Amino acid sequence: MLPSNNHLTPKERLAIPPQEMPSQDPAKRKTNMSEVALGYTQEQAQFEAMRCIQCKNTPCITGCPVQIDIPGFVKAIADGDNKKSIDIIKKNSLLPAVCGRVCPQETQCQAPCTIGKSLKDVNKAVSIGRLERYVSDWERNNGMIATPSVKKETGKKVAVIGSGPAGITVAADVRREGHAVTMFEAFHKTGGVMVYGIPEFRLPKKMVKEEIDTLEKMGVEIKRNFVVGRTRKVIDLMKKDGFDSIFIGTGAGLPRFMNIEGENLVGVFSANEYLTRSNLMRAYDKKKSHTPIFDSRKVGVFGGGNVAMDAARTAIRLGAEEVHLIYRRTEIEMPARVEEVHHAKEEGIIFHLLQNAKRILGDDKGHVKTIECLKYELGEPDDSGRRRPVVIEGSEFTIDLDTVIVAIGNDSNPLIKQTTPDLKTNKWGNLVADENGKTSIDGIYAGGDIVLGAATVILAMGQGRIAAKSINDYLKTKK
Amino acid sequence: MNKIIEKKQISEEVFRFQIEAPLIAEECQPGQFIILQISEEGERIPLTIADSDNKQGSITLIFQTVGKTTHLLAELEEEDKILNLVGPLGKPTHIENFGTVVGVGGGIGVAPLYPIAKALKAAGNKLIIIIGARTKELVILEDEMKTIADEIIICTDDGSYGRKALVTEPLKELCERAKKPDLVTAIGPPIMMKFCSETTRPYGVSTVVSLNTIMVDGTGMCGGCRVTVGGKTQFVCVDGPEFDGHLVDFDNMMHRLNSYKKRESSDHEQCHLEMEIKKRKNKQDAPKQ
Repeated sequence: MLPSNNHLTPKERLAIPPQEMPSQDPAKRKTNMSEVALGYTQEQAQFEAMRCIQCKNTPCITGCPVQIDIPGFVKAIADGDNKKSIDIIKKNSLLPAVCGRVCPQETQCQAPCTIGKSLKDVNKAVSIGRLERYVSDWERNNGMIATPSVKKETGKKVAVIGSGPAGITVAADVRREGHAVTMFEAFHKTGGVMVYGIPEFRLPKKMVKEEIDTLEKMGVEIKRNFVVGRTRKVIDLMKKDGFDSIFIGTGAGLPRFMNIEGENLVGVFSANEYLTRSNLMRAYDKKKSHTPIFDSRKVGVFGGGNVAMDAARTAIRLGAEEVHLIYRRTEIEMPARVEEVHHAKEEGIIFHLLQNAKRILGDDKGHVKTIECLKYELGEPDDSGRRRPVVIEGSEFTIDLDTVIVAIGNDSNPLIKQTTPDLKTNKWGNLVADENGKTSIDGIYAGGDIVLGAATVILAMGQGRIAAKSINDYLKTKK
Repeated sequence: MNKIIEKKQISEEVFRFQIEAPLIAEECQPGQFIILQISEEGERIPLTIADSDNKQGSITLIFQTVGKTTHLLAELEEEDKILNLVGPLGKPTHIENFGTVVGVGGGIGVAPLYPIAKALKAAGNKLIIIIGARTKELVILEDEMKTIADEIIICTDDGSYGRKALVTEPLKELCERAKKPDLVTAIGPPIMMKFCSETTRPYGVSTVVSLNTIMVDGTGMCGGCRVTVGGKTQFVCVDGPEFDGHLVDFDNMMHRLNSYKKRESSDHEQCHLEMEIKKRKNKQDAPKQ
């Protein structure tokens, strides 16, 4: 029986057990692409929300990159007022259904949660992400998603380059002010990394499509198959096409390799390629899709982030017999979300921690045959604060594989930089933007991974918010 | 969506499409390519731009039916639309007056060579063209090349037209001339580009090749197109498609091109089966005279 939220003491709240989110059975989900996590029921959501003690100092808000009023929306769920809850979230976040699913909550809002601290386990913090997901799904399932109102047309034109999380946020916020917005996407489908990168089993594509549909209903024009830099230069969007301001949110998009022997053998893929084939091109649907994907039996995935988990779990779903995940630090240092690591293990991914590939060996046809690895131990902390992995000399050993997927991150895509010489970049090739998202060219703003380096959906969205405000301010003063 | 303005069948397996694409026509330069997808479930494939007309707002693609997508593409007719077309992609060819330039085009490779040769000629180069094909039927763009080339040599494998020789034979002779070429641009099957590069290497003649590898996005995002050039990994889509032929690891590239061979072969077979069924069905359906 659900207690009333009004009369619970903090002690009683602490005593409510953390609510597990139902998910598909591992044995079953390994054979399908459907979403793994199934989401809370209303009762579970209310129980979970009642665990929140509404701290005065709101540490969770401090941990949120876009400062959502977390205690506010959680309390509304506990009170049974889902509408109020989603309205609170939407003041700060445009993509709650996405963020509830892919944000690394345990290092953001849930990390400083008082409940987690009291129970001495960050994984026992209030499940803010699951609650965000619950209430955004409730909104969608009940047909409550409203198209935001748009102010009177101003006659000003804004170009948004890239249709990922940063671009979607900018397009919505700028369009709301009555400016005409055109969004450019290089691929034939919109959504950026949410469509080509994150698999269906973690983020159903229909959710991304709904966000894009909302933009179109608001009057945002979308041009697909348009590579800014090639189809049109950035500067020409202003000079030839009359855009008053531009937002660049093109993402990281240049896969990093390890520069080890054998990396160009047949059967070695960047995670980007492997995931794009499966997600964007739907190659997992082998009967329907014309795009081929490698038939793998034994797969090695290099890396320990969310992308590595996505690639490993995709390989399992595509029928690989064995998937080895090779990461040179320990599980504590893994940048992947705890839930993804947990799900990957449940699905039978074999974790090789404190190990790293030294070289990839091929057969006489140039196909991957085996990898040679080295063992590591943890040394002193490095610049990132994580303990540096140190190689154990002479620890070489081999694993026989036919496929290697490299998931060690992305560098910034060089296209915009190559074709826009006046745009300042840093030594890693990221666009330089100030705290308001302004680049070195007047009227041009940037945000998301192209500025941050490979980061997260929520950070990209947060930067989009800031850049959109700057663009709106800029257009007020621009004649 | 981009409309097919004109469709011509050049030979049994080679087609020329003129496609409405005003933005690409305005920006494209010799050496660049496009990526297209013709149906929702279709594959994205790169094709080099054979010509463009900025006034008309169109580009020309010449392609050979080698895989599933090119077969399906060949079935489209004038007025049909291409679902997705993106470009121009890749770095444009570096054009300047080098002196004497030899353009070697093998098979369908003559198509991408044409705009490059045209630009090289316009820059003041003496232009020698070598066209190679399996048989007379597969020699393409001969008339177009004749209008720009100072010298043209045609070779067929079976001797049905021009010299019975591989393109490397006349290429070697040109390298042995008192005044050897200042630059060779070779475009064609990987094996041809490999041997052209091997032919010119002992003579120290700079050789540029244009690579057509497996690609998904064409913007640097997937890395499927990577090749080893001078021991370093390069992406054909953003670093190329043109590279120094003397530095390209062709063997690795050819292995990589065969990554999906099994699937491609079965798709190809299936295509021909379906075409045959269609043909027979059309015959049956045709009204009796």
